[in-house]
Amino acid sequence: MHFVEGDFQAIWLTARLAGIVTLVLLVLGTPAAWWLARTGSRWKGLIGAVVALPLVLPPSVLGFYLLLAMGPNGPMGKLTRHLGISPLPFTFEGLVVASIFYSLPFMVQPLQNAFEAIGDRPLEVAATLRASKLDSFFTVAVPIAFPGFLTASILTFAHTVGEFGVVLMIGGNIPALTRVASVQIYDHVEAMEYSQAHHLSAVMLGFSFLVLFALYALRPDPRRRG
Amino acid sequence: MKTLLMFCCLVSAVSTVHAEKITVAAAADLKFAMDEIVSEFKKSNPTDEVEVIYGSSGKFHAQIRQGAPYDLFFSADMAFPRELVKSGFAASEVKLYAWGRTVLWSGALDASKMTLADLADAAISRIAVANPRHAPYGKRAEEALRAAGVWDQVESKLVYGENIAHTAQLVQTGNAQVGILALSLALSPELSPKGSYRLIPDDLHEPLEQGFIVTARAGAKGLAWRFAEHMGSASVREVMSKHGFVLPAGSAGAL
Repeated sequence: MHFVEGDFQAIWLTARLAGIVTLVLLVLGTPAAWWLARTGSRWKGLIGAVVALPLVLPPSVLGFYLLLAMGPNGPMGKLTRHLGISPLPFTFEGLVVASIFYSLPFMVQPLQNAFEAIGDRPLEVAATLRASKLDSFFTVAVPIAFPGFLTASILTFAHTVGEFGVVLMIGGNIPALTRVASVQIYDHVEAMEYSQAHHLSAVMLGFSFLVLFALYALRPDPRRRG
Repeated sequence: MKTLLMFCCLVSAVSTVHAEKITVAAAADLKFAMDEIVSEFKKSNPTDEVEVIYGSSGKFHAQIRQGAPYDLFFSADMAFPRELVKSGFAASEVKLYAWGRTVLWSGALDASKMTLADLADAAISRIAVANPRHAPYGKRAEEALRAAGVWDQVESKLVYGENIAHTAQLVQTGNAQVGILALSLALSPELSPKGSYRLIPDDLHEPLEQGFIVTARAGAKGLAWRFAEHMGSASVREVMSKHGFVLPAGSAGAL
């Protein structure tokens, strides 16, 4: 297969973006999912809905609002200026922030399901053995919910790789900085370089299939366990 | 009986007229001018339906090759429609309908006193241009920056919009301090109250000749040809020049 140099740049950039976003969301999403799974608060419905929003919002809506929010007159733009860091649009960091919003439900929802499936009993047992809450979380909940962590991480990574609209709107299409694989493919198509678009698209197709195959093949199947 | 027959004829005549509908694919720089042209056209042709879709010329070109249901295609250059004519996707020749102009536009700075050389200034960190790989305005922006001798200094500051309207959005939101836009967008009600512009001398880049075609699928559609004819009318020429386009001499609509 024939690749131009920009293709490798774009693949490496995409992998880095998806990897960082997955790690950040593991840290941010786990407590959020835990709270959603165990709370009896009347805010649960509201927070759950906000977390799920990126599932249904068109990427153009998310991209448009992020562009306004991150701009010099937007709340995030004012915050970054106050903190003395450079504005987020057209930067790799900006893509990370945007992707955290975009992929949030793909981390939180599988984790929440996994935590809910644990039920109260194992944690009550741990409490009677005088395990602290934090202790029982790491020694009881995390091991039981491990398949949930795996699913959530794979989905988050894959969904971030598949991001296009938001990146196109706030990235500025800068080589090696914000031109991810999906945008690179779009550029190939627009410039009528169809064979190059084919090659990179085939890589994306193969990757996406392998990820989902791994996800479904690795997932413990209760019927097979019998 | 005679009256009834006449009535029937009239009803069927009206409904045939009603059935006429065309879809126009137009380059994003035409947004404001074309909206006005279509609403004028509808005033004198109240039964006709004209639907306009705006986007990048390169994308429309590719879509028409794949059988997109567009009856007329207004490109921001001549090359895309010319290729469609060559490969049999057009029912007409390419008709030059206007020249576009490029401007420096800014909401944050006073662009009316700015030149391309000022873009090298360290105070300017982000400059938005349309993607030169497939957007005609982007190609012209790159040519102008090279001709002005500042390309090497500004290349690392460039951010690329998907088409000229998206490029305008990047500057309008303040995310880029300056942008190279179409004059037609700088004069639009959306942008003109929010910033200032300066024309880029048109000898710094190849001309932005803009051409349109009637597509092959619309060859037998009367309305498509009537709309093409309408483009040469005095009222359309007035609207186009009001919106910042330079017009070719003579009638632009005659095919």
